[in-house]
Amino acid sequence: MFSRTYRNVVTLPPLVWVAVFLLLPYLLMFCYSFWSVSPAQTIVHSWTLDNYRELLRVEVYWQTLLRSMWIAARVMFFSLLLGYPLAYFLSFCAGASKDLYYQLVIIPLWVSYLVRAYAWKTILGSDGVLNTLLQYVHLTRHPLEFLLYSPFAVVLTLTHIYTPFTFLPIYASLEHIPRNLVEASNDLGASPAQTFWRVIFPLSIPGVLAGATFAFVLSLGDFLAPLLLGGPSGIMISNIVVSLFGAAYNWPLGASISLCMLVLVVSLLFASERLEKKWSFS
Amino acid sequence: MELLVSESSTRPSGWLWAHALLVFGFLYLPIAVLIIYSFNGAGVGGFPPRDLTLAWYRILFADGAIWDSVVNSLLVAAAAVAIALGFGIPAALALDRAHFPGKALFRRLVLLPLILPGIITGVSLLMLFNRAQIKLSLLTIVLGHGTALISVATTEVFAGLQKLDRAQEEASLDLGATYWQTFLRVTLPNLKLSIIGAALLIFTLSMDEIAVSFFLIGRDNTLPLEIWGRLRRGITPEINAVSTIIFVFSLAAIVLWYRLRTRAEGAPEIAAELMEPAAQGAQS
Repeated sequence: MFSRTYRNVVTLPPLVWVAVFLLLPYLLMFCYSFWSVSPAQTIVHSWTLDNYRELLRVEVYWQTLLRSMWIAARVMFFSLLLGYPLAYFLSFCAGASKDLYYQLVIIPLWVSYLVRAYAWKTILGSDGVLNTLLQYVHLTRHPLEFLLYSPFAVVLTLTHIYTPFTFLPIYASLEHIPRNLVEASNDLGASPAQTFWRVIFPLSIPGVLAGATFAFVLSLGDFLAPLLLGGPSGIMISNIVVSLFGAAYNWPLGASISLCMLVLVVSLLFASERLEKKWSFS
Repeated sequence: MELLVSESSTRPSGWLWAHALLVFGFLYLPIAVLIIYSFNGAGVGGFPPRDLTLAWYRILFADGAIWDSVVNSLLVAAAAVAIALGFGIPAALALDRAHFPGKALFRRLVLLPLILPGIITGVSLLMLFNRAQIKLSLLTIVLGHGTALISVATTEVFAGLQKLDRAQEEASLDLGATYWQTFLRVTLPNLKLSIIGAALLIFTLSMDEIAVSFFLIGRDNTLPLEIWGRLRRGITPEINAVSTIIFVFSLAAIVLWYRLRTRAEGAPEIAAELMEPAAQGAQS
């Protein structure tokens, strides 16, 4: 029913915009990753594999990538641990208050990410709210130093930030479960635990996968929480990219790391999408 | 049957309650601390809060640099909304009703920035602007935000289109209206709520954005970057104060939006709608 002109008018502008501002930059990133920097700090446009050789050779890059993945994995785990039972509670137990609770999960998302990370910093610092509280009630005599400038602080803050993101798709998948399946399971004599593990949980797996992917991918690429709360032991892979694009001035090397991250993230998304399809029941 | 269902759905076991309470505590603790310590005369930490004062708000209102950055952020957010909607609405229409080569790739590319860590969008655009010899300024931030947030406009409007009754448009065309008239008088009014929702979401996300802006910033700071700069120089409750004010305004925006939607549709629908970007983003 729609004419060709109509289709062209709605298709071409976004297509051109996406080509110029998304596709072209990714291609440029690809090119940069095979270029190099001269001693005079100009970009040399001859193709070389040196950046990738360097990534394989220098241990720091590997270690930092592994540490980032380990931090991201912990954030994912804790976000699921907090998000899943909460989603279950809202979907199956909250009754009429459901929408109110739902809004309560969403509202923290409207406080700036940076501001929430900063608030954790004021809580965890050596003269922060938590340490002074502990001393005030005489539980500790000296400030606990491990709270801030540690991977712990990064994991805690990122878990705080990504728990709502993990909650959302899980809640959506729980809400889509036909309630008569649950009733049937109960009527046929299954215990609540059996109903959960054999009916509800399998049907919520697509949501769990989506939420887990969210938490993992977004925390993997984070660089602000580590800069603010991580200290030297909490440096993540994106911090290296930041410094290569800033003071260290080696854009080609930075581009090669970014490209690796892009490939990693996109493969994770594909894998998660396939798994979700496999587990979705419709 | 009815009885059975309501019984099983209103009997929360104790630990689920406790867990929910704990999670809400965890989510709201930093926000509570942030607001309380914006009135704390003795600085950003230290328990118990002492010398309650409005001094930080007074300092804040006299602080030109912060308000300049707030104005910059508002301008950037407004421009980002214009770009994201200007390209996101046609993109949603295209995905809904046009077939063209590379459609699947296009869909994935449009939605990618929603789930991609901001740093990748940031550095790739930095390289583009550097090659094109475009000087970094608020304009480059606008282009960055607009591009990243087309994804939000597209998902929201696409969800609206899915619910749209195609027969209305057909009727309009059959009765002799042009495509343009049909779009303005049938399609657009039906998408009004999706578009307003998307605009509010994009505006807030842009106001808060820092990972992309971090790489595209010129001489003028946006609010998050201004705060970032101050965090590195030593912190005072002035940051708590400005964050509290922004939070209050955001809350007002949500309440407004929620009211708007509840008037038009049932609350559960809104919940489903809100989650649409999250669920779709993870699947792209």
